Amino acid sequence: MPGAATLDLRVREKRFTTAGAPPRAVLRDVCFRAGPGEVIALLGRSGAGKSTLLRIALGLDPDFNGGVTLPHGRVGVVFQEPRLLPWLTVAENLRLVVTDGVPEPDIAALLASVGLAEAGSLRPGELSLGMARRAAVARALAVDPAVLVLDEPFVSLDRRLASALGALLVTRARRGGTLVLVAMHDAEHALAIADRVLVLHGRPAALAADLPVPDREDIAARERLRVALLARFPFLAAAEPDEGG
Amino acid sequence: MTGAPADLHPPVAFAGPGDGVAAPVRTAGRLRDRALSLLVLLAVWWIAAGLAASPQLMPSPGHVLATLLRLTRNGDLPVNTAITLARVGVAFVLAMMIGSGIGFLAGRSARVNAAIDPWLIVSLNLPVLVVIVLAYIWIGLNELAAVLAVVIAKTPTVVVTVREGARALDPRLDEMAAVYRLPPLRRLRRVALPQLAPYLAAAGRSGLSITWKIVLIVELLGRPNGVGFELNLQFQNFDVAGILAYGLSFAAIMLVAEATLLQPWERRANAWRRHA
Repeated sequence: MPGAATLDLRVREKRFTTAGAPPRAVLRDVCFRAGPGEVIALLGRSGAGKSTLLRIALGLDPDFNGGVTLPHGRVGVVFQEPRLLPWLTVAENLRLVVTDGVPEPDIAALLASVGLAEAGSLRPGELSLGMARRAAVARALAVDPAVLVLDEPFVSLDRRLASALGALLVTRARRGGTLVLVAMHDAEHALAIADRVLVLHGRPAALAADLPVPDREDIAARERLRVALLARFPFLAAAEPDEGG
Repeated sequence: MTGAPADLHPPVAFAGPGDGVAAPVRTAGRLRDRALSLLVLLAVWWIAAGLAASPQLMPSPGHVLATLLRLTRNGDLPVNTAITLARVGVAFVLAMMIGSGIGFLAGRSARVNAAIDPWLIVSLNLPVLVVIVLAYIWIGLNELAAVLAVVIAKTPTVVVTVREGARALDPRLDEMAAVYRLPPLRRLRRVALPQLAPYLAAAGRSGLSITWKIVLIVELLGRPNGVGFELNLQFQNFDVAGILAYGLSFAAIMLVAEATLLQPWERRANAWRRHA
């Protein structure tokens, strides 16, 4: 069982500097806290700064004005690209991240949980993009994470797979107390899995909304939130499903 | 989530059209071409020897083969070849280890690179002969000087090659290794080294071919044994057949070493690329 994990993220401003151009602010006044067992959906249009914010949360980008308190415990990460090592098999990629102090995971069960029961001996080059993304999710779960950070994990998955993967993340948060921070762009799917939705919007992007999601049973309240979100942020409407993967 | 999704069937590996049939045919064709080219070389040599009509100046392939057998039977060639091979082996391993270590650090750290870059420029432009002569003067005419001279002459090229490899390491995989807090040794072995393999192979292949040539010069200038020493002896006796017997047999051994050691290792290290 992972221990307590609280994420405290305060980004006053994040700028990007490109040679020959003045610095450009991409994020401003994005502050939030998240605790164990919470599923936070980070929404925003493509290029809104979701990945940048996740990199800051992970400590991969220290060049910003503000502060981040990294949660205690192990962190599982699913980057936008799967970032599997192509010279290792899928199972070896999972074993790679299991370091001292991490309970020995059941690799076969983890792969089965993401629908890759028979892919353990394959190399990443033999997987479709969707399969590789799911392998990256299994790798993130292999470290028994206190915090799970996922950057657009549902891209390249059809609705059925995306829904199953979302359910897996929720189960992980509920049963394991894992804090799940997931960047996505589909409001409907976000409301189906998250406890809170955060919306990044504007230029530079600010935290335009930080809303708790009503209980699953309160269908009417959820629907009202969905309609309100889409009215204010129409770009969060579900896109056509990507190619099955 | 239960049951396997519909997309679970992976694409078949090596599914390129004609694969499995065309490759062996191409390989056989290339081997035939090489054998033919070698036969042409032998024929030209034979004709040149016939035209020269001077076995001392231009011995025929048959004459060189007879000399080679004689030198093998009396033990000179095997003993001196073994001595040279030992020097090549030690110098090659040391140059690869030191050069790879420095090259990796220089590729990963701008400070280390700035510190060693002037040394590299100087050493890369220093004639090998100067290094060998200075090593003999400063250390003495001994094995240490001989091996050290080869290591000093070869290491900078390994550094430059491996430094390029270290610079080309995928930063996204570095980030993955960082967030999962992989131990340094595992990072090096499982994340960095497979990416460096083509650069290490390139450094190794060029290293082996250069190292043995430098070793021959080192032996020629200051050792009492080895193929280089023997070549000098044959030169003083004006024995062209002996020079060719030693030179060609040693070159053949080096080619075999590359084909049986370096190339299989390179193929194994890069096997995953066929799936990528």
